[in-house]
Amino acid sequence: MRLMEELKSKALSLGVPLSAHLDVTYRCNERCDHCYLDHDDKGELTTPEIFALLEQMAEAGVLFLTLSGGEPLVRRDIFDIIARARELTFNVKLKTNAVMIREEQAKRLKALGVDGIQISVYSHRSEVHDAITRLPGSLKRTLAAIRFLRSQGLKVMIANVLMRDNLQDGVEVQRLAGELDAKYTLDPTITPMMNGDTSVLRLRIDSLDLAQVFRTPELVGNVEEFCAPPEPADEDAMDSFPCGAGHTSCYISPYGEVYPCVQFPLPCGNVRREKFIDIWKNSAEMNEVRSIRLRDLPTCSTCAHGGTCTRCPGLAYMEGNMRGPSSADCERSFVRTGIMTAGMRAKQTRAMPGLVQIVAAPVMSASGAV
Amino acid sequence: MSEHFVARAPALAYRMIGGETIIMVAGDATLFSLDEVASFIWQRADGRTPLRSIVEAICEEYDVAPAVARHDAEEFVASLAGRGLLVIRSHGAGEEDRKVMGKP
Repeated sequence: MRLMEELKSKALSLGVPLSAHLDVTYRCNERCDHCYLDHDDKGELTTPEIFALLEQMAEAGVLFLTLSGGEPLVRRDIFDIIARARELTFNVKLKTNAVMIREEQAKRLKALGVDGIQISVYSHRSEVHDAITRLPGSLKRTLAAIRFLRSQGLKVMIANVLMRDNLQDGVEVQRLAGELDAKYTLDPTITPMMNGDTSVLRLRIDSLDLAQVFRTPELVGNVEEFCAPPEPADEDAMDSFPCGAGHTSCYISPYGEVYPCVQFPLPCGNVRREKFIDIWKNSAEMNEVRSIRLRDLPTCSTCAHGGTCTRCPGLAYMEGNMRGPSSADCERSFVRTGIMTAGMRAKQTRAMPGLVQIVAAPVMSASGAV
Repeated sequence: MSEHFVARAPALAYRMIGGETIIMVAGDATLFSLDEVASFIWQRADGRTPLRSIVEAICEEYDVAPAVARHDAEEFVASLAGRGLLVIRSHGAGEEDRKVMGKP
């Protein structure tokens, strides 16, 4: 792990895009309730275009490549793309719903040297999982695929997005992952659609339910530690940036658009018009993203959670200001610790102009603080 | 001394970053970092170039005595082979294929 930290630090100092996430298509064979994508094909990169992009990314220093979608396996050339990526010695990870993976595909992925496969599982119950994916039989097929992949010795990570309809199933999905000898990751983040439509946010679990999730040891580990009061931001934290988006990683859409991250739809350029490295190095948008430090954030720099918050700049951008708070992260920080965030206070003040501000008592507090 | 050929193992991901080679094994979270001279050998470990030629190239590129270069290169290659990162062969890549196919 120390070497990985050193590698990231080196990539950062050299301006190397160490990781890239490439969605090869937005088409999908599932229609998940919470999906943020428009599944129509609006002119995907062709096979030669993707090959050329992979060569450019390898030359730019990208080592970790995530191929995703949409459902990447709906592309007929997906194994050619993976093979080319492996020839160019990328570390390849695949994100998929796995319903098109059978024994033969699992063997091919193993033979190609794919490092790991992340698979979405929403519930251990077919009626819940299949209702979310709107594909009858999808859980059965996905679980069969996981068994094929594991039988080849491939690493599988089950990604469990928690939302209203599967809220109660997190622990059981985790248990299922254990049975399948797969890793498990939980994510309660529902993001607005890339076109700005926020209607999917209705699926987000509410604060009280989120509090329950955050106090489930099976899901978060040591609850006391996870929900500990925040440490104030020190000088190092003030000079820090929130994540690798635009610093050591980026996202490329099936149409060749480059963004800082899949969750940060700030267009920085298109590989159909410019070289990948030129966009990475010279895009004004990318450079703006990488110039921002915690101390530059008018609200978050004053927040008690500044040193520990997992603020997503992409979610903040989707709310209208990449230098502003992300309300989803404010909510998480509050629900974890019971301490209001600066973003929440600012919102409260804006909502009550001219009134005496009454700071609401926290809904709950793990440590009894505040 | 018999001729040896070294080849990078197939299931690896690697990239040259800032003068060092970073190597990662698929399915294993272990990372390896090679310095400049080790990277020099790594880049030439194509399964076709004899180790002897790689050592000669090191002597041309760096100020090092041939015996020292050979000893260090052999030690390095053995170490990486022991970790499954390099494969040592007594014939060059393609030679076996040619034999199988009956080509000269």
